[in-house]
Parts: sequence; C-alpha cells; structure tokens
Amino acid sequence: MKKLFNLVWMIAVTVAVCGQANVLPAPAQKGLLFIRNATIHVGNGTVIENGIIQVRDGKIEKVGRDIEIPATAEVVDAKGKQVYPGLILPVSSLGLVEIGAVRASNDAREIGDMNPNVRAIVAYNTDSKVINTLRSNGILAANIVPQGSFLSGSSSVVQLDAWNWKDASLKTDAGMHLFMPSLMPRPNFGRGGGFPGGPNAGTVTDPVKEGVERLEKLKAFFREAKAYNAVTGHSEVNLKYESVKDLFSKKQKFYVHANTVKQMLVALDFVKEFGFDMVIVGASESWEIAGLLKQHNVSVVLQQMHSLPTTTDDNVDQPYKTAAALQKAGVLFAISDDDPQTRGRNLPFNAGTAAAYGLTKEEALSAITLNAAKLMGVGDQTGSIEPGKDANFIISSGDILDMSTNNVTDAFIQGRKVNLDDKQKQLNDRYEQKYELKQKKGF
Amino acid sequence: MRKLKRLAGVLICLLAAAASFAQPTFPENGTADPRHGHYAFTHATLVKDATTTLSNATLVIKDGRIVAAGAGLAVPQGAVEVDCSGKFIYPSFIDIYTDYGTPQRQQQTGPFNFFAPQQLETAVKGPYGWNQALKSDADVYKVFSVNEAAAKSMREAGFGTVLTHVKDGVARGTGAVVTLANEKENLVIVKEKASAHYSFSKGSSTQTYPSSMMGYIALLRQTYLDAAWYKTRPYQEGFNATLQSWNDNQGLPQVFESNDKWNDLRADRIGDEFGVQYIIKAGQNEYQRIKEMKATNATFILPLNFPQPQDVEDPNDAKFVSLQDMKHWELAPANAAAFEKAGIPFCLTTSDLRSTGLFWSGLRKALEYGLSETRAMEALTRIPAQTLGIYDKVGSLDAGKLANFLITSGPIFNEKTSILYNYVQGIKYNVKDGNDIAGTYQLTINTPDGTENYTLDVKSTSSLTMWGKDTLNSKFNFDGKQVKLSFAALSKRQRPLVADTAQRRPGGFGGRVGMTEQTLPANATRLGGISNGKEWNGTGVDSMGHRLTWTALLVKEAETKSDSVKKKEAPVTGKVSYPFLPYGWDEEHQPKQETLLIKNATVWTSEKEGVLQSTDVLVRNGKIAAIGKNLNAPDARVIDGTGKHLSPGIIDEHSHIAAASINEGAQSVTSEVRIGDNLNPDDINIYRQLSGGVTTSHILHGSANVIGGQTQLIKLRWGANDTDLKFAGADGFIKFALGENVKRSASTQGNNRYPDTRMGVEQVLTDAFTRAKDYKKEWDDYTTARDQLIKAKKPLTGLNPPRRDLELDALVEILDRKRFITCHSYVQSEITGLIEVADKMGFKVNTFTHILEGYKVADKMLKHGSNASTFSDWWAYKMEVEDAIPYNAAIMHKVGLNVAINSDDAEMARRLNQEAAKTIKYGGLSQEEALDLVTINPAKMLHVDNKVGSIKVGKDADLVLWSDNPLSIYAKSLYTIVDGTIYFDRQRDEQLQQEVMAERMRLVRKMNGEKKSGMPVLPAQPTYEILHSCSDHGHSHGLLVVEAEE
Repeated sequence: MKKLFNLVWMIAVTVAVCGQANVLPAPAQKGLLFIRNATIHVGNGTVIENGIIQVRDGKIEKVGRDIEIPATAEVVDAKGKQVYPGLILPVSSLGLVEIGAVRASNDAREIGDMNPNVRAIVAYNTDSKVINTLRSNGILAANIVPQGSFLSGSSSVVQLDAWNWKDASLKTDAGMHLFMPSLMPRPNFGRGGGFPGGPNAGTVTDPVKEGVERLEKLKAFFREAKAYNAVTGHSEVNLKYESVKDLFSKKQKFYVHANTVKQMLVALDFVKEFGFDMVIVGASESWEIAGLLKQHNVSVVLQQMHSLPTTTDDNVDQPYKTAAALQKAGVLFAISDDDPQTRGRNLPFNAGTAAAYGLTKEEALSAITLNAAKLMGVGDQTGSIEPGKDANFIISSGDILDMSTNNVTDAFIQGRKVNLDDKQKQLNDRYEQKYELKQKKGF
Repeated sequence: MRKLKRLAGVLICLLAAAASFAQPTFPENGTADPRHGHYAFTHATLVKDATTTLSNATLVIKDGRIVAAGAGLAVPQGAVEVDCSGKFIYPSFIDIYTDYGTPQRQQQTGPFNFFAPQQLETAVKGPYGWNQALKSDADVYKVFSVNEAAAKSMREAGFGTVLTHVKDGVARGTGAVVTLANEKENLVIVKEKASAHYSFSKGSSTQTYPSSMMGYIALLRQTYLDAAWYKTRPYQEGFNATLQSWNDNQGLPQVFESNDKWNDLRADRIGDEFGVQYIIKAGQNEYQRIKEMKATNATFILPLNFPQPQDVEDPNDAKFVSLQDMKHWELAPANAAAFEKAGIPFCLTTSDLRSTGLFWSGLRKALEYGLSETRAMEALTRIPAQTLGIYDKVGSLDAGKLANFLITSGPIFNEKTSILYNYVQGIKYNVKDGNDIAGTYQLTINTPDGTENYTLDVKSTSSLTMWGKDTLNSKFNFDGKQVKLSFAALSKRQRPLVADTAQRRPGGFGGRVGMTEQTLPANATRLGGISNGKEWNGTGVDSMGHRLTWTALLVKEAETKSDSVKKKEAPVTGKVSYPFLPYGWDEEHQPKQETLLIKNATVWTSEKEGVLQSTDVLVRNGKIAAIGKNLNAPDARVIDGTGKHLSPGIIDEHSHIAAASINEGAQSVTSEVRIGDNLNPDDINIYRQLSGGVTTSHILHGSANVIGGQTQLIKLRWGANDTDLKFAGADGFIKFALGENVKRSASTQGNNRYPDTRMGVEQVLTDAFTRAKDYKKEWDDYTTARDQLIKAKKPLTGLNPPRRDLELDALVEILDRKRFITCHSYVQSEITGLIEVADKMGFKVNTFTHILEGYKVADKMLKHGSNASTFSDWWAYKMEVEDAIPYNAAIMHKVGLNVAINSDDAEMARRLNQEAAKTIKYGGLSQEEALDLVTINPAKMLHVDNKVGSIKVGKDADLVLWSDNPLSIYAKSLYTIVDGTIYFDRQRDEQLQQEVMAERMRLVRKMNGEKKSGMPVLPAQPTYEILHSCSDHGHSHGLLVVEAEE
C-alpha cells in the first residue's frame, strides 16, 4: 500500500511539474452517444426541460424529449444539470500569446500595418497552457485574431481540443481584420500620463483627417485587389491582393475593430462600396447607432462588457446595458472579452452581466454561442444544440452565466468527451495534497 | 477734449525732458545734467487708492516719487504744471507673479517613465543640495536684466511694478520687486530680495526624483527638516548652499505656485506643518472648493486665463467633451468673484496668459462675472503691495511712494476708457498718447497748379475716410508724431474704405486688429508730415512726381461717445457641484446622514450569525443601531428590503483610485511619500465603485520600488474633500513590492537602478531596516542624553538632535509596530525571502498583496502572521504570474490565512462581490466565506474590523442593499450607504442621468452660441481620464482613459 501511495504520489507530482502534458485531446467519437435528463439550452432561445440529445459520429442527430435510447448506448445522465452549446470566444489571441510580458512568447502582432496576408492560424499553439483553462469553463471554440495597427491579417475559427492547428481549425482564414484609426485627438500624455500639470500637450496633426486618408488608401487597395482578382494568371503575384479575395465573395468576414460612432460610420463605406460582410469589434458606442447598424446588416462583437463607461458623463452601467440596446434593435451581436487571452474564460460572466442589465438569460447565452457562430460564418456547423451540427456542448451543474453557480462538469467537442483538466487544477491538487486539504486522490 | 489735445502735445514735447536719473557712482561721459522730474498734475480726478477718490485734485511728483497728492494743493515752485482736467489718475498696477527680465527658461523635463533609465543623482556641480530641483540659492536680481519689450506690454496693460522670479524648480530662490521703467537695473530694482518661491514642478531638473505629486511634497517636507538641522552646522554635511539659502530666505514672503485647487491645499498643508503661510499662486478652478480655499488663510494670486469655448457642433465630437470641462469653461471666469464673495484676499496676475495683451479681456470677463471694480483695483494695487510688505513704496498715490501711476481718459474699468500714460518712477511712458486724433480735418494741398481741398474723417491712428469730390482710396498712419497719408482715386471695383473695427481698449491693443489691407496704385499721391497738435504740416509727391506741401486743420473733434455703457448683467451659469463632476451634489442637495430602517431583508452579517432571513436593520447617527425582527423607529426613513439582500459595504484592500499620483518610482526606497498627501476627490471612479457596493478603499502606492510610499485608507464619501475622504483613526500602512516591477524587468531602455534581481531586492530591504535601526538608536541615544541633561538641569548647548529622516521615520514606525506593510508579491522565493528579513529585523509583514503564489507558501505566511489579499483569476500577464491559479484564495483560506480579494483596478472594483464569488467555483468556498473575502477579512487585515466589515450593532453603517444575492452576477446595488449616508441610490442615479443630459445640452447650446457669435473656438478636446494601476495587468478601461503607468 505504501509503495502504491509513493508511486501515485510520484505520478501526481510528475504530472504537476509537467503542467498539462497528460491532458490529451480526445479521440474521434464513433457511433451513438446520448445525453439525457438534461435541461437543454439550445442556444437559439429555446429551452428543453428534461431533454435528450442524440449524437452520432460527432454530429447531433436528434434533440428532444421523445427519443428512444438503446439499452447498449453510451449515455451521459445530466439529471439536474444544464446543457449548453459549447461557448464560443469571438475574438481572442488565445494560442498566440502565452505570457503577456514575455516577448518571446508573443506571436499576436506582426510588423507593418498592411498585413492582409498574415494568417493567425499558423501561429496558433494548441499546447498553450491557457487553452485548457478556457475549456474548463466551457469555451470550446474561439476566433484566433492577429492584432495590429491597421489591416492585421486573417483570423481562423478553432475548436479547443486538438493535437495541432490543422486539426483545430473549424474554418481557416474566416475573417480579415481592420483596426480602425482612432479618428480622435489624443494628446501626447507621455509615459506616466497623469503627472502634475496634467494632459495639456496639443496634438499636432488632425487625427480625423489623417485616419480618413489612410482609409482612402485602403479602399484604393481593395479596388485594385478586386480588379486583380477578377483575372487569373498574373505574371507577377501580389500576395496581399490575393489574400483578400474571399472578402468580395463574402466567404470571408470583414472585422473592423472600432469603438466610436465616427469610426463605425466610416466603416460603413466598406459595406456600401465593396459589399463586405462586416462585423464591428469593440463597438462600445454601438448603442448610439444600433438602428443604423441593423439597417446595414452589420453585426457586432461587444468586447468591453466589463469596462468602465467611456466618458465620465455616461451612465455608470452603460457598458453593461449596451447588449440590451443591440438586442432591442435586432442587431446580430456576440459578446467577447477584451483581454487578449487568459480572461477569455470569463466569457460566460460577461454574458451574465448583459443578462443582469436587460437581456434574457437565453439571449445572453446566444451572444456567446449561436450569434457568435453565425457572425463568424460557422453557424451551420456549431453554436447551438440542433440536429446536423457538431456535437459541441457542455454540461454545468448550475447556471453558467453566474460565477457562483457555473461549474462545468462535462464538455463535448464533435462528440468527443473533452478532458477538463488543466495546469491550474493540477497545481491546486498538488498543494491541496501538500496541506492535506482533502483526501488524496485514489486512496 | 480740446484741452486734452493740448495736453497731449505738451506732454509729447516733455517726453525727452523727463529724462533718467543719474547714478552718482557712475562716471558721466559729458557734462552733468541733474534733473528732478518735478511735475504737478492738476485738476485731475485722483484715485489715491481703491476707496479714496478726490476730485479736482493735484498730484505732485519729484525725483521719481510722489511729493504730495490731494485736493486744493498749490503747484509748487519749480514744478511743471500739467493740466489733467477730465482725466483720472490711478496708482499703476502691481503684478507679483511674473518672470519679467529673467533668462529664457529651459525645457521642462518629461514625467516619470516606468521604462527608462533614471538619473539618480544631481547633475549640477558645486556646493549645492542633493536634489537638482531645489534652487533656493537662485536670486533673481543676479540674473535680472531690463527687457523693454516685455516692460512695454506690461506698462500698456497698466502695470508699473512687478515681482519677478525665475520660474524654475521646486524651490526657486528669491524674487525681486522691480519697476517697469526702461532704466538701468540698479534703478528699477525696488527690493532685491522680496520673496521666496516654491512649486510642484521640477522645471529643468533632469534628476528623476521627485516624479510624483507625493514626491514633491515629501521633498519639500524633508528639506524643511534638513534646513532646520543644517542650522546646527553638522560637520557631516559640509557647506550646503541650497540649505543655507533656504534658511536665509525664510524671513521673506513665501510664494507657492500650485495652480490647482487641490494643489493649493497640498501646498498650504506643507506650510502649516512648518509654520509657513504661503501666498498661493492659484489656477482657475478654486471656485470649485472655495470654502477650503478660505480655510487656508492664504492670500491668493489669481491668473485671468480662462478656458476657451470648444467646437461642439458635431455631436460625435461633443460627446467626448466632458460635462465638467464645459462647466469649467462656463464658471472659470467667476473664480475671482468667488474669492471676493468668500472674503479671501487675492491679487491678480498676468501670469499664465498667452500674452500680456489678453490681460484686459480676462479682467473684463472677471468683472462681468461678478468681480467688483473696487476689489479688482485692490487686487492690482494695495493687496499685492501689502502682501509683499511694499505698500510703503507702491500701491497707492500717497506722498513718499514711487511715482508709479496711470493717467486715463476716464474711470479705468470703463469699457471706453483708455490708459493714456503710464508713469513709472516719475518717468512718462505713452500708452495711448496721440491716439485721440479722431475728428474731421480740412486738408489743403498746395500743388503747382493751386490748392486742392479735401476732408479727412480721422477715425483712429490707422484709419480715416477721405474725400474731395468723391471718396478716395487712402492709407493712413499716425505714430503719435508723424503723419503718413497716401491716396488715389477710387477704382470702380473698390468699395469705400471702411473704418477699421478694432476696439479701443485701455492699453490700446487692438490697434491693427481687423484692419483691412488696402491696395493703392503705385502712383498714389503720398504725403508725409508732422502733427503740431491740431494742425498738421508736411510735404508730398503726387502721381506725376510733383512736390507738394500740405496742411491739415482740425475743424471738428470726434464726438465723445457718451459713457452710457450699461453694466452688463452677470451671466447666468450652472452650479458648482461637489465633486466637480457629473453625478455630484450641488450646494442645496448635500448628502446627509439619515436614520434608516431597512425592513425585512436577507442580511449577510459577515459575523458568526451568518445570513439572517427577513431581518430589519436600523441605522442611526451613522452607526448600526439595531438588528432584529419587527424593529420600529418612528423617525426613520423606511426602506423595504423584502426580497433584497443587505451586506456590509465592500472593502477593497488594493486600489489606486482618487489619487493624483501613486508611484514615486525614482528611488528604490521612498517610504517618505504618502498617498494621503495627494488624494483626489474628483475621481468619477468613486461614484462608479459606490454603484458596485464599495464603501472603503485602501489606496496604495504603486509597485515601482521595493519600499514604496505610505498608503491611505479612504471611505467613498462622494463629494467630500481630500481630508474628509480619509478613514479617520485607521492605522497607517505602507506599500512594499517585490519581483519584476521593482527590478524593472519591463524596462525596455535598460535598468540602471539597484536592484536588478531578486537577490538585490532582499539586500535593499535588509539595508533599509539596518539603517532604520541605527537611526532609531541614534535618536534614542540623543533623547536619553537630552533627558539626562534636563534632569541634571544642565544646558543643552552642544547637544544637537540628529537629522530627522522622513524615509527612516516610516521604517522605524514599522519596527515599532505603528505602521504596517502591505507587500506586492508573487513568487514563493521572494515571499519567503521577505519573511526571513522581517523575522531577522523584527517586524511583521501584515499583508501580502497580489500574492498569486501564496498558495505555495501559505503555511509560512501563516506562521509569520500575515494576511493575504489576492486576485481571483488573473494570470499569465507576466512571467512571475505564470503559476497563478484561481484556487489560490481558497487554498490560503483553508490553510487558515485571513484572505481578501482585491481589485487593483478601477473597473474590477465595481464587481468585487463577483470576483469573490469565483472562489465558490474555484475552491468550493461557501457563499458566506466568499463574501467575507471582500468585507470582514479585508477589514481585519486593515485593522478596522472594529468599525467596518460586518453588520453588527455599533459598527459604522456602511451597507449595501442588493437586488439579489450579493454573490450572484445578477445582483445590483440599490443603495450604497457610508456612515448612514446614502451615497448611491439607483433611482436617484437615473434621475441624475437625466440631469447630466440636460446640463450637457444647455452647455453645448451655449458653446455653439459662442461659435455662432463669432468667438474663436478650439476644436473639441476629448476629456481623458487618468487611471492608475500597479502596471500589472492590461485591462481596457475604454477610449478616454490614460493608463498612468502605460
């Protein structure tokens, strides 16, 4: 017994030291799988009490109450639990940045401001220790976005349980990202900003004019790219032109990172002239022009739910209420988190805040599942618990939108039961053992 | 009017005669020419001072001084009489905040840079003090030189005397009183050392310290102590010119430039501590805290530069211009009036104006906004003179004083009045002399073909209309003596010349403004000549090249415009609110303590009683008076708590809001600085956090150095001033920090400051406490020796106290268990290292804050007796938090530590209840345990659990009524109560939102009105908010936020 104890102890220690090396991607799901006795939050607003999900070969086959479960089938009993679609983080640097302050571990931002040909997916590190901590909270897919100062490159949608980025990708190069110039004067505060004397340095150039000029150049680039892509067999290949080809056919989404009304209104040019399928990211002021956004079929990723109000005059709760304003106007929107990687795991709580300030809980859920999938262009594949879609869902013992009840017990990606262990749980185990805080595992 | 013309002529002739004095010690190159400038100005309205006006009076001057002033005086023999009928004579103005005649200032250095190398020592060579920003040895008179261009513009504004000093540094040395006469420096200096100057600005100093408001205050306090100690001639110090002159200057009036309402108070408190009453050079915003200004007992120096309106026509631009900026634009001109109303003495200055020429427009604005003319006059004459103790020399028209006076065309503040002459030390300087040439003149030109007659309608020195048979195109200029006129027939396309629109003002600045450029053909007739009073004579050349002579005779003086200018109604303005931010309280709606009865709520006590269902809580006199069922209090305001949850107010152990600066990062040990010295009640985050249920915040120094500054516990009393924000009676704390920030790992430009490793960090700590112990012993030895001498009734001569060191004082307080540490720390090695230093040196680490690897050494922390204050789930933002886990709080709690969850972030602080709730998910704490992490636990670690942190009879009534279970994400604070005062009320907040919108609308309209009326407007300036944090974790705070350590 003592020998066994030592052995297991050694394994436990080894596991902890190695971080998460033992957390393996799950193998493909074959045959039938059932979830039963579940309160199923479909993701599209409906809730099925005491429901059953039938999965076959990684796909959802049936969802409902009257589904027959063969005696031999693999069944997960979700009695008293909530089942949700796998949560989707619509904008993230997950897998691109490991530790913020360590330069060598940062792959999110390339040099230059015209990088349409840069592809985030190729730097996506499936072995990042951060990924598993998100998965533990029910986030099963994410949009991996290259950061930048202007046209930063293409993002890809990945599922979070894979051996490598090839396997992870749900939709490669699904979006092109533009970071809008600020179009607002920002005096040079210098390092240390709020020093006595305060902000007083005037801006030298007119940021609106400067920004609009940059955007005009970008539009010229798109015009040329469109013309270039209309013919084949160029003697001289232009990688940048080629990289934006799918924008014109709407195969690729056009994400514009913008917050102010002025930025968003300027961005409408891209819809009007090029017919791009546009998503505004950030959109902290979107509540002011929700109707206009709807009118132009622009969708939105709200990134600053847990943010301070933009101005001192704004309502103290304004960021919390923005989602409800978009919902009311009928804008297709998703909720994200402004943090580049680690705090993406708080995604459900961002949605929970929106639910506390005007959304219904099911609407808030849609904002981190189905809406996200739709605006990312993977709505036919995932985002809700509906037949034909990938079997991506999670089981929680309580309301996932509320941190005091959120407790993800199971997660399935393409029907595969995902290992919910992560580095942090392992460190927790390690020290619970050190302090003898709980019965050691396996004894 | 005719008399005036004559007077003008006479005076012009006398200009050369009123010559300079001779200096006896200076050899004369030529023959002696002694003069006395003996004049009698008769028949004048003599305004001797702001409250004494004599009609038909005489002013006699001689040798640059006033000999006599009064009514019915005879013109002394030997004096030249100048008839001043219709004229007014005033003492000329005094500006005691100038840098007149000083060398060009050097470039200001930039603010503190978290990432750049530091200059740790002074770069100035010589026997001076340690800090480059202390320039107390600077005496302006040694570098002063007369600057006629600057003097002229000041004289034209009405000034005759100024106090000048070099505006550079924290201590700036002495100022000198000088007149604005264009004479040799020896003669214009009235008092060579008239004042000593200080500021919160390093100026040209390149030394890194001080790099924060706290640092400025600490540097000044320490220097007062050092200077006192230096009087004992300590041999260790050698000769220190900085301290020497600091001491020498103490007898002078002490002037502090603080430029902002809170800085005024900060300066005044330094003065109070060292028995100095500063004269305060203010900013524009003191009206926002006028009661506090009054309490300083200071005399203020007020600038007259006011914010310009902004272009807010585009709503998308206007949106980012904050309400407080627009309100300030509206109210700033009433600053002086507010001082007058409050009975606070003040002077006015031309300082801070973009140009001296704007003085009168600023002054008129101040008058329009309620400043009385009498007080304005006093603020420009008597008060500044008395403030500097030179009222015996200047400031009124009394015999014996300098002959510094103004002759004006009427009452000086009258819109139509011009200053005609400004006499400085009896020397006449023309201001608007000869400008009163307006009138109709008959011009006769003698050509070879006979005479031609024209009529000139002269409007000003640069504008006239001329016609013969037809109106002619003309160009005119009169410089006081010479006349130039050219003209030609008007071409068909040209319209008649319109009189220029420049407004006349005392000081005569607008002369050329608005003048339309007239193009004359090359063959225009050109005339040039001289004014001999009402007759002008000259020669000229016509278009054909013929020589001409001409004469112009005044036939009709311009009609004097009647002085029917009505006193403008004081503009209607909004109200001052407290704080001066949206959602503030106005004067009539101040927050007040109430007797409150919260009925039938679920009460989370954070006491052993746990959660009480359907319970009432009575609040009286700011305390919790009773807890129970069916409580009754007829006098109480009843709040129905049915279905709602009452919790103790949330306590944030680690916050950086409401402070002007948080990092004095210029040295590795800065225990001398104090957050409490620089609180900023004008922080919207106080209100925002109240909306999230926060009632007490521990405002910490940043993490730029190993031993940071002293912290300040505050209560979120929205609207209170910087003193009343403080949590009274709480123990003092100090911030320490370890790891990446203090070794400046983020430094992209190289770190040159010790330490650069965790090894060095440990040595900095060891060294600091070793020094503190030696210091303590030195003082103990001294007091013992002193007490023995006293006991033995022996004289104390020869026994000098050691140098007081504010840095070591704070460390000794730690050793004496009078001050407590909260230490920013992450990894287990450094935590264990600090515990070892503490054990060895005999102090305790009260709190480890952040402490994300606390779970690894929880047992050691417990043994040492520490508390732990941590984040819920942030990690991986830098190397030292790679092993941070969200289970940290729960493990430490289970091990037995007292654990809190903190924010270190203005945004997250609004959701601290939710951050605490994460420990239910990560680590399985109970709901009560989770809530304790942000209520009673932080209260304990801050030593205030006897006052706050739980719902218990007798404790402060700091309470939050939630709409839901406080650990739920769906819970909103309905009421946040501090000391029995409701500071946040969700319903009132909705009403305030409406009021903010309405007030914004009003101000936007008003600004747009200014634009439409043709006032120059600035482009809309977004109002940025400054936010501080430990520079640890990136977190977007929105568009308009400047991260102070970014």
